[in-house]
Amino acid sequence: MSEFKRKSTDGEIEISQPDFTGMVTLRADLANSETIINIERIIGLKLPEKRKLIGDLSHGMAWMSPDELLVFCADPAAMAAQLNAGLSGAFLVADVSHARAVFLLQGDGVREVLAKGAPVDLSPEVFLPDDFRRTRMGQVAVAFWMSGQSPDSFGLICFASVQEFMFDWLVTASKKGSLPHYL
Amino acid sequence: MSHRIKKSGILIDRTKPKNFTFNGKKFRGFQGDTLASALLANGQVLMGRSFKYHRPRGVVASGAEEPNALMNMGQGARFEPNQRATTTELFDGLVARSQNHWPSLEFDIGAINNRLPKFFPAGFYYKTFMYPRWAWKHLFEPIIRKSAGLGTAPQQPDADRYEYFYAYVDVLIIGGGSAGLTAAIEAGKTGAKVLLVEQTPHLGGRAPVDGFGIDAQLNTLKNMKNVIIRTRTMGAGVYDHGYALAYERITDHAPNSDQPRHRLWRIRAKRIVTATGAIERTLNFSGNDIPGVMLASAVRDYVSLWGVSPGKSTVIVTNNDDAYRTAITLFNSGQTVAAILDARPMGGGALANQARDLGIRILNGKAIKKVTGHKTVASVVICDQSDETSDTETIICDCVAMSGGWSPVVHLWSHCGGKLNWDAKNAMFSPDPNRPPTGHDGQGFVISAGAAAGALGHDAGIQNAVSAGRQAAVEAGFSASKTIASIAASTPESPMLAVWSMPQNASYALRLKTWLDFQNDVKVSDVQLAAREGYESVEHTKRYTTLGMATDQGKLSNINGLAVLADSLNAEIPAVGTTTFRPPYTPISIGSIAGEARGALFKPTRKSPIDAWQDANHAVWEPVADWRRPYAYRQSGETTQQAVTREINATRNSLGLLDASTLGKILVKGPDAGNFLDLVYTNMMSTLKQGRCRYGLMCNENGFLFDDGVVVRTGEQEFLCHTTSGGSDRVHAWMEEWLQTEWWDLQVFTANITEQFAQIAVVGPNARKVLEKLGGLDVSNETLPFMGYTEGRLAGIWARPYRISFSGELSFEIAMPANQGQEMWDKLLEAGAEFNITPYGTEALHVMRAEKGFIMIGDETDGTVIPQDLNLGWAVSKKKTDFLGKRAQQRSHMVDPNRKQLVGLYTLNPDYVLPDCAHAVENGKIIGHVSSSYFSPTLNCSIAMALITGGAGRMGKVLDFVIDGKTVQAKVVDPVFYDKEGARQNV
Repeated sequence: MSEFKRKSTDGEIEISQPDFTGMVTLRADLANSETIINIERIIGLKLPEKRKLIGDLSHGMAWMSPDELLVFCADPAAMAAQLNAGLSGAFLVADVSHARAVFLLQGDGVREVLAKGAPVDLSPEVFLPDDFRRTRMGQVAVAFWMSGQSPDSFGLICFASVQEFMFDWLVTASKKGSLPHYL
Repeated sequence: MSHRIKKSGILIDRTKPKNFTFNGKKFRGFQGDTLASALLANGQVLMGRSFKYHRPRGVVASGAEEPNALMNMGQGARFEPNQRATTTELFDGLVARSQNHWPSLEFDIGAINNRLPKFFPAGFYYKTFMYPRWAWKHLFEPIIRKSAGLGTAPQQPDADRYEYFYAYVDVLIIGGGSAGLTAAIEAGKTGAKVLLVEQTPHLGGRAPVDGFGIDAQLNTLKNMKNVIIRTRTMGAGVYDHGYALAYERITDHAPNSDQPRHRLWRIRAKRIVTATGAIERTLNFSGNDIPGVMLASAVRDYVSLWGVSPGKSTVIVTNNDDAYRTAITLFNSGQTVAAILDARPMGGGALANQARDLGIRILNGKAIKKVTGHKTVASVVICDQSDETSDTETIICDCVAMSGGWSPVVHLWSHCGGKLNWDAKNAMFSPDPNRPPTGHDGQGFVISAGAAAGALGHDAGIQNAVSAGRQAAVEAGFSASKTIASIAASTPESPMLAVWSMPQNASYALRLKTWLDFQNDVKVSDVQLAAREGYESVEHTKRYTTLGMATDQGKLSNINGLAVLADSLNAEIPAVGTTTFRPPYTPISIGSIAGEARGALFKPTRKSPIDAWQDANHAVWEPVADWRRPYAYRQSGETTQQAVTREINATRNSLGLLDASTLGKILVKGPDAGNFLDLVYTNMMSTLKQGRCRYGLMCNENGFLFDDGVVVRTGEQEFLCHTTSGGSDRVHAWMEEWLQTEWWDLQVFTANITEQFAQIAVVGPNARKVLEKLGGLDVSNETLPFMGYTEGRLAGIWARPYRISFSGELSFEIAMPANQGQEMWDKLLEAGAEFNITPYGTEALHVMRAEKGFIMIGDETDGTVIPQDLNLGWAVSKKKTDFLGKRAQQRSHMVDPNRKQLVGLYTLNPDYVLPDCAHAVENGKIIGHVSSSYFSPTLNCSIAMALITGGAGRMGKVLDFVIDGKTVQAKVVDPVFYDKEGARQNV
């Protein structure tokens, strides 16, 4: 995680793109108690609540929909294998580490940068630590979340094919002096 | 002549001069001036020419309602037409030009129209330019285009950038006058989250002008952390479910800073309070558009706010008490008030007495018969309001301050369906609180406050706003005090008198020069003519006369116009009604609507993992849905067509390389995966064996083909479905929709994993040799036969080669993790060098597939084509009980043997390539069209595919194609032009 594909420190926030984040899509009936037990056992974390993230990028789980989770891990191939072996019934496991790009956003203006592109209430009393939201940023489908550890630290994922566009968008939206200072 | 006065000017800072130019002439104003106040301060009353008659026009108003003082603002990449001088803050270096005049503002040839008003009545264009028909396009329109219109179009791309901002509040308050501030305090006290937006740079609205302080209110608000105030931000529109747009002008007053110029706020509010104030109306008298005739409130604003007097000697004409404030303000600033003409026979109340005590001449029951003057007011001729022929007197003056009463600004209330009541006492429409715009729960979500609610006068407005602010907060879920202290009006006013014509029964000659709509040059006589010609609907009258159109949308003219229309129709004003109020309140920049989406951010471009290499290797890009793909790789000295030919020949003769990463890849998994795919594809997928591939077709419920691709069975319960490059999102959504809404009982999950893999097609007679050279995988025909796949490490990289072919050659499409796509590409190039390995683009791909007669979704299909039309009946299962499209394909029209069917074409001239979509014509009727057409380097002749009525029965026949009036002939042949038996791919 020491290498960055892209990085910008010139604007109101710091934008960086870690070189690699292990990500596995898991689709299953998340209301099924046996499935919940198995997932929690294999991953070693409690199932996240609706629109929440549990853990972090090295070991975590995000709620994507009532039947979809995104698992963050160091070794996605091993994680996919464990899930495939440990789950039963109808489910789908897919390594999506290369299909998605991760951005780390740092700075006290992050909420306002995101609010330029996402129809989401990002005010501090509403968007809370570990909140995870699937939405859009401008024209790009994204999900973003607020880190539970540090209040000004957000993460964002989008599809890999638009990562250049996403980076340019974030750099533009966070240009010095361009924040409305509203939130 | 207008001039700066020594005292007064709340908003200006006389220690900070600002230099600007108007029509190239240098002027100086002060910080805090608007362009309009600065021009007036310099004696520049004439600010533009009118739309139709090119009459001289000066500023009428002091705010957003201004119809006349529209400017070509700025230069070059920061040029923008139709900017109101009254809402343009002055800054150093401002460059403005007046509009709609030629050759100059002072002398305008178009003003000849002014001498011919009888020839330019309502509906003039419709009546005059009907015949001869050819003349409209070639004669009339070019001339009208030159002489009509307002500003000029910008010539350069906009230098600025723009953005959106999404905000969520309990209460949004639009308008920062005393009513808005009051509502904000009341809502803020409850703890509700409040956002107040004000279009001007200043708070308080008219209150400071009329001597009502706002400091106490601002102090209270300063301590409310839950109330946020944004100035220079206009509430532009109110939409369904509490959605509102606000338009923030960030750098209009300070260009060349690196901030976004405008920010469009997209606000979701539980309740919206419209505290948008009221706009004064003009009076309808002859010559009311001559520069120097202004709204009484505007005259007062210029004196109080900017220390500018619009004239040396002013006549006030009014039908209400408020205009007396202007007289008093002028008098107190040392200006001459020549007379006050009050149309009311009994005159005014307390304010009139105040004016009389100052010694101002007041004439009750009097009217302006006409204003004289050309480029500026010279005098007014007065008469009795009730009698035009009464004794007249001429009063010399250079400014007329008129007040026809006030109209609440109901625009934002009305945008989403709020209804209005006619208030006969004040002769105005005001919001009906019982019929507000309603939200998802049927409850009103807009509350009007202050003058905008019809509560005219400062004290009534405050009282109304207290209750509006509390109501908004309570309805948003907060609790507020219920007691409201009643406030007595500090200055009681006498009732106004509705005056729609001045004098009362003005003669035709007077009406001909009595302007209703200054911006569009619509006169009282025009509206009356429209009524006589049968225009009864106010909406039709608007379009016919242009009353209330263009950039101001009749902010000044609407009520007067429909009052005149009602009078002409002998109808009541509320029965005639208003035109529809539509957002935005005043024009907003196109840039703000586009937001950040311009230049590189205009639209996301999807890029494959091998994109950078392609870009560095002279890819000629082609958009394929949101992807960019290389059309061809052009080497130095080559044309694009030569590159395509080279790529095809190299592939057919030895070895080609294609980046196929953009192909959609959807993983389908679960106990019912096979059954599900049987329903989604036309062919049988459940029988596909593990490790095998099958070409499949997808149809919609109407039987029409919409996507195709290779399905791979990767496990007992797992399939990977390839889609077209542009179709992956659509197909995935399609699958999810069926699973979630219709076949929710199927135990199947899907995932779009398109971008997880890079995919490289290695194509040509030497394809196997290069893979064997890379090593690690057995790719022999025995282990990896046609339509099979294998998995393992190829040159050390995890890879899954599929033996599938879209070119007809021996071909392996190799999938690998996306981040290793470039590495594999490089290794293939290196190992393939001895075979002249040649990367090829989408055009070579298209030509090679056409040579083989393979269809392309979007070329051979257009949403009306079923698989059977394309000779793909073999891929439509007869055994399956059901699949999407099955029933539709059994309809009589779908089994008609005379449907258009796919055929191949050889042009009789083998060098001539038919244009795409060329029509085949038989006995004067179109019988089909060309769907794909190329020059085939492989066959050294032109080939085409076409959809032709009864095509299968026309083999060997020659068809006529009409191209640019000439007939081109082509022979119908089998659409598989090359290697029909498939020997080349099966080795």
